[in-house]
Amino acid sequence: MSLLASETQGSLPFPILTALILVPAIGSVLTLMSSNRRPEITKLIALLTSVFTGALGLWMLASFKTGEAGYQFTSKHQWISTWNIGWHVGVDGISLFLVVLTGILFPLVIIGCDPHHDEKRYLAWLLLLEAGVMGSFLSLDLFLFFLFFEIVLVPMYFLIGGWGYDQRIYAATKFFLYTMVGSAFMLVGIVTTALLAKNDLGHVSFDLVEIAEGANFATSTGRWLFFAFAIAFAVKVPLFPLHTWLPDAHTQAPTGGSVILAGVLLKLGTYGLLRFGVYLFPEAALWSREIFLTLAVIGIIWGAVAATMQKDLKRLVAYSSVAHLGFIVLGTFAFTSEAMGGGVMQMINHGVSTGALFLLVGMIYERRHTRLISELKGLQKVAPIFAAAFMVVMLSSIGVPGLNGFVGEFLILIGSFNTARWWAVVAATGVILAALYLLWAYQRVFHGEPDEANSTFRELRLREGLVLLPFIGIIIFCGVYPKPMLDRIEPSVKAILERVEEKTGYVAPHPMVLESHEGGEG
Amino acid sequence: MGAQTINYPAIDWLAIAPLIILLSGMMINLVIAALTRVWPRAWYAIGTVVLAVAAIIVEMFIWHDINQDGSRIIINNALSIDHFAMFCWIGIAGALALVSLSTAEYLRREDLEGPEVYALYICAAIGAMIMTASNDMIVLFLGLETLSIALYVLAASHRRRPDSQESGLKYFILGGFASAFFLYGIALIYGSTGTTNISGIGNVLSTEVFVNGDDAMLLAGIALLIVGLAFKVAVVPFHFWTPDVYQGAPTPVTSYMASVGKFAAFAALLRVVTTALPTRAEDWRPVIWVLAILSVVVGSVLAVVQTDVKRMLAYSSISHAGFMMIGIESIGHSGDVEGLPATLLYLMIYSVLVIGTFTVVSLVTRTGDDGSDIGSFRGLGKERPALALAMTVFLLAQAGMPLTSGFIAKFGVIQAAAANESYAIAIVAMVASVIAALLYLRIMISMWLSDEESGDDKREAIKVPFSAGIVVAGSAFFTLLVGVWPGWLIDAAQAALQLAK
Repeated sequence: MSLLASETQGSLPFPILTALILVPAIGSVLTLMSSNRRPEITKLIALLTSVFTGALGLWMLASFKTGEAGYQFTSKHQWISTWNIGWHVGVDGISLFLVVLTGILFPLVIIGCDPHHDEKRYLAWLLLLEAGVMGSFLSLDLFLFFLFFEIVLVPMYFLIGGWGYDQRIYAATKFFLYTMVGSAFMLVGIVTTALLAKNDLGHVSFDLVEIAEGANFATSTGRWLFFAFAIAFAVKVPLFPLHTWLPDAHTQAPTGGSVILAGVLLKLGTYGLLRFGVYLFPEAALWSREIFLTLAVIGIIWGAVAATMQKDLKRLVAYSSVAHLGFIVLGTFAFTSEAMGGGVMQMINHGVSTGALFLLVGMIYERRHTRLISELKGLQKVAPIFAAAFMVVMLSSIGVPGLNGFVGEFLILIGSFNTARWWAVVAATGVILAALYLLWAYQRVFHGEPDEANSTFRELRLREGLVLLPFIGIIIFCGVYPKPMLDRIEPSVKAILERVEEKTGYVAPHPMVLESHEGGEG
Repeated sequence: MGAQTINYPAIDWLAIAPLIILLSGMMINLVIAALTRVWPRAWYAIGTVVLAVAAIIVEMFIWHDINQDGSRIIINNALSIDHFAMFCWIGIAGALALVSLSTAEYLRREDLEGPEVYALYICAAIGAMIMTASNDMIVLFLGLETLSIALYVLAASHRRRPDSQESGLKYFILGGFASAFFLYGIALIYGSTGTTNISGIGNVLSTEVFVNGDDAMLLAGIALLIVGLAFKVAVVPFHFWTPDVYQGAPTPVTSYMASVGKFAAFAALLRVVTTALPTRAEDWRPVIWVLAILSVVVGSVLAVVQTDVKRMLAYSSISHAGFMMIGIESIGHSGDVEGLPATLLYLMIYSVLVIGTFTVVSLVTRTGDDGSDIGSFRGLGKERPALALAMTVFLLAQAGMPLTSGFIAKFGVIQAAAANESYAIAIVAMVASVIAALLYLRIMISMWLSDEESGDDKREAIKVPFSAGIVVAGSAFFTLLVGVWPGWLIDAAQAALQLAK
């Protein structure tokens, strides 16, 4: 608890987190206001803004104090004083890499994926989206979080609806409404949480830190509130059976939109479950863990089986996301420090590898104007470098040792084996299924003799290669040397676990002790 | 010798100065109109805006005056001059200014130029202001009729459109019916309490104990009163006139009905429930609960299946009225602490939103005011990006998206509901607002995302006249400003809590 209480003010001379949110927002307005006659300047503004934001993110990463669990670089200002709502932002080990990933992904998307029309509006929406995502990860105020969580919908809606494929409007509307239904419950939950906090704090408070430290909710109240939050996040993750918006949204979104959607937007759900579910309502989270574990495992298997059946390469990747996010939820609700830490790490890994997969699928579509697996054949012969890049990314997605996907999945499985044994066992088959559908897809697309249509498939170009390079770099670095990342994630995860233990009397198994049989399946 | 002297009440001239300004302005308008030939262009509109602004300035003075001297009841207990009344007066005068501006070019386009529309606007505003400040049921009724009769005529004021005539007639017949209910309610309440004074009724009801069963007349009176006002604010099941009237009336008039009409009727309802009937909350609260739930659900669901934008917005206004009812429902639990500011905030925000929205609609409907089909919006994003962007802001705000005023409005109401543990109503309302979001998305899709423009290329190009541009830009600015920096408006609504009783 003491760890959570200590809020360390970073050593940076200016509010870097506020800048991380405001820079892309300002960039978005500037992009929109730039002249129609000079599209290259518009693009330059957008690119510079996103690169600058990414650099700020990396700077924050460099000055982040490793080994501290509390929030760093916090800044807090009154905003709507009548309702006690403040601008309170901070970053800890859980949000740190998500913020950095957001900072890295956006410039890559801006360089790597060109929209086919209306570039100015596309870029403006993209930057607004970045501001919203950053805000969601950094907010330490429930109102502020909801605001960003919800505002993210608007740019994403227009990105899918305006620049997507044939069914784009249907997909965009479905995405918007699904998420909004979840948010409806969360808003009532947030308001109620803030009002009930008055009983313990003496005043209405939307401040996450204040509520977590000072407020105690009655058991049943806590459970209701937890579910109000959890519905919103379960839609966002998406958790089975609320996942049906995802394949549509992913498939219909433009490549850039898919990369962002898979890379960071889905993480709003898993991040939210951890930060606003487990952390804020530990008792309820522990009480309901079997529901979430079961849904997560169903998601893993369902996503994998569905992915195997897909004829469309992009839809296949989309369903693989359902499976991968199941792993993250499994890790979160296993309540061991390895599994939770692995879950946080897997959020980043999935963002990197699935983001890269969507980029590659987008490149295939650019060349062949089809995503149907049956139309593609023998690409390895004509584009070996492209095939190699696809291979590395795909293996990372499968979770092959030495690449980043392995670290996260391994930690999740090993951690949950103690406390959620049978769920872990079933989930492990998901890893095998992942190998099945991805390798099979690779075989069908890349192996064999290219037919006429595929024999002119263009090799990876320099710009495309440069965009993929950071992804592959992260994939290999995190796979070989995950320690720096885990060192920063772990203290915050442990602090959450300690909080759960303190509030509920639950005892997490000691790390890496595999023989405890009493961990129990429930 | 038996001549009786009449005791004239003392009159607080400052407090009723806004009413006098508007009234004399209206008279001058009519006299000049009768004596001179029709003035071309927007001179009448400019005159009305000047009047409205003058009224707002005086209202600000009165607000300041109340800050120092406290609120008071004037003219023989007829009018309450308090922050609540001033908040509403400023809102109504603001709406008058905005709608007059948006009407100016509309009338020119439709070849209807003439002064009487503005006189009727002002007349309706006076009625609305009297309603919001009235401390006597009879005064309230006078205000209601002044407002309503002006609106009946306004609804029918497009002389060449049969739809407009139909709209006016429908509104008149159903409105007259509702007024009768309302008046009968007053009579019954007078019968059981012996007074028509609103604060007087409150005093009587707080001291007098009805023996079991004896309060039937009072309850019937309350019920009829609620029916009359529910008709005016258009909540389900008293909403049937709304779609037809909103669709048929000239579009600027529709925006005036949706803003000023709702403002006045809701303010009256608020004053009646907080001042006259707080002790009978157990009796009227369940009724309001049902009205609120029905309105948010039915309004949202029926809005989605419409194809005419004006009809959609009419149903969406029913759903918004349901949201405001939630604020009133929470007054029934714990008094005016949470519900009153939340409802006032919602009213102010919604009025600006609805004026902005309908102003865009009136530009898009083009000459003849007939093109309010959703197809008329197709390609607006390409043709008039700035207009489409403003409309997007209004629609997102109506859907309750953060960083717009609509979110603040919804948040306030939901907070009021949650504070009184009305969780069911809060969740139903939020889910209904998701359904309603589909409707706003449909308009946005039409504006931005549908690219087939072939077929109706012969459509008239949309002109954005300067005056309407000011209204749209101003409303959009207000919408975003309150979304980002709502503190001042919330504080103003909070100040309205000190009612003069």
